[in-house]
Amino acid sequence: MNRIVVVGASAAGLAAVETLRREGYEGTLTLVGDEPHLPYDRPPLSKQILASEWEEDRLWLRSAGDLVTLGLDLRLGVSATGLDVAGRNVRLADGSELPYDGLILATGVRPRRLPGEGAHVLRTLEGALTLRERLEPGRHLVVVGAGFLGAEAAAVAWRLGARVTLLEPAAVPLAHAVGEEVGRVLSRAHLDRGVRLRCGVTVTEVTEDGVRLGDGEIVEADEVLVAVGSVPNTDWLAGSGLAVGDGVVCDEYLEAAQGVYAAGDVARWYNPLFGTSMRIEHRTNAAEQGMAAARNLLNPDARKPFAPVPYFWSDQYDMRVQAYGFLRGHDEVAVVEGDLAARRFVAAYRTGDRVSGALAVGMPPKAIRLWRQAIVAGAAWGDHGRVPA
Amino acid sequence: MSATNAGRAASAMSAAKVELEADKCVASGQCVVAAVQVFDQDDDGIAILLEEHPAPEHLDDVREAVAVCPAAAIRLVER
Repeated sequence: MNRIVVVGASAAGLAAVETLRREGYEGTLTLVGDEPHLPYDRPPLSKQILASEWEEDRLWLRSAGDLVTLGLDLRLGVSATGLDVAGRNVRLADGSELPYDGLILATGVRPRRLPGEGAHVLRTLEGALTLRERLEPGRHLVVVGAGFLGAEAAAVAWRLGARVTLLEPAAVPLAHAVGEEVGRVLSRAHLDRGVRLRCGVTVTEVTEDGVRLGDGEIVEADEVLVAVGSVPNTDWLAGSGLAVGDGVVCDEYLEAAQGVYAAGDVARWYNPLFGTSMRIEHRTNAAEQGMAAARNLLNPDARKPFAPVPYFWSDQYDMRVQAYGFLRGHDEVAVVEGDLAARRFVAAYRTGDRVSGALAVGMPPKAIRLWRQAIVAGAAWGDHGRVPA
Repeated sequence: MSATNAGRAASAMSAAKVELEADKCVASGQCVVAAVQVFDQDDDGIAILLEEHPAPEHLDDVREAVAVCPAAAIRLVER
């Protein structure tokens, strides 16, 4: 293998190129990124960057020197526009062609938008800086979507003195992700601070004055942030021959076609640990999956299934939420430590007859690390969620 | 020199140095999962460096920790 192309220069793509070099690959290594920046970190965008606690120079995942050491053919500020799997060739927007022996797709996701102009989204550095310039004390920010991203942005805006209204289509924010009880407890953190939370409302469009709801009501706003989920960046793969369906469809080795792997937010793969296909938009997964894809691409005779325990965290107000496992589609939630109302607790999740996840708020790390081990081991669900010794 | 002593001598000569920016740490604990001999967490979850100059046999684990750290808070300086 002498020519490897990695499309996507964020966390997953960076992990892939670093792993390829670390594993001894010495051929041409091309890293393509549609943003003009060196690889940077996204979780701080809705946290430290939005809050002006960090300047952007703290976002770079590696120094320019570290990247030079990798000996990359770095193509930044140019997007990939086409893939020919049979001909093993990637086409870029500037007209160049990249023939490859091995390919890793790490093109991530983009924010879902609403009809109408003028709303903010939070995905890129520019997007975060633009919103932060507009967040002044007394200004009214309407956040559409009370998921993790929307909740984090609302918390920061509140701290900066903005008036904040969260609009959420579900009856309980995050219920689909963490369950109704936990979702309700987390959402109380908004209400405690005077952040308005309206659930069960649909936003149909962004208007000049704010947003329009399904019943026609206008909610006025100085700024609107739309945080209603993401769409995998797979449009450019149309006609490539790859299977695409809410992400690039891969097997348990992260392979989408012979010599073509995917990693990060864009990859939908079969996770044998949970026995299901999943696509994970978590920062830690991007790095782990980029590494795994690189290793499997380089070592076709010693491939390993990618079977991680997903992990994410979220900072909202004074709360740090941490979760391990695959919580979606769970059958039962049990508080196994701490106090739900005090927002210091560990909740365990059951799917079928086994422990599938755990979520902690304000608890010491060891409290949740044991649950991670239970998830790795596929431990059976004991009485009230306690793992049998 | 016994095998154990030889191992210690090799550890002592390890020029690789781990750098941890604790103020960037997001308390994910991924470094502890990757390299339990080299990292721990305090009660707030913030990473603690146990071995600034890890034994050579732990360097692969540290490289894994560097790669999976979601805050890019760990560097391994190798000479």
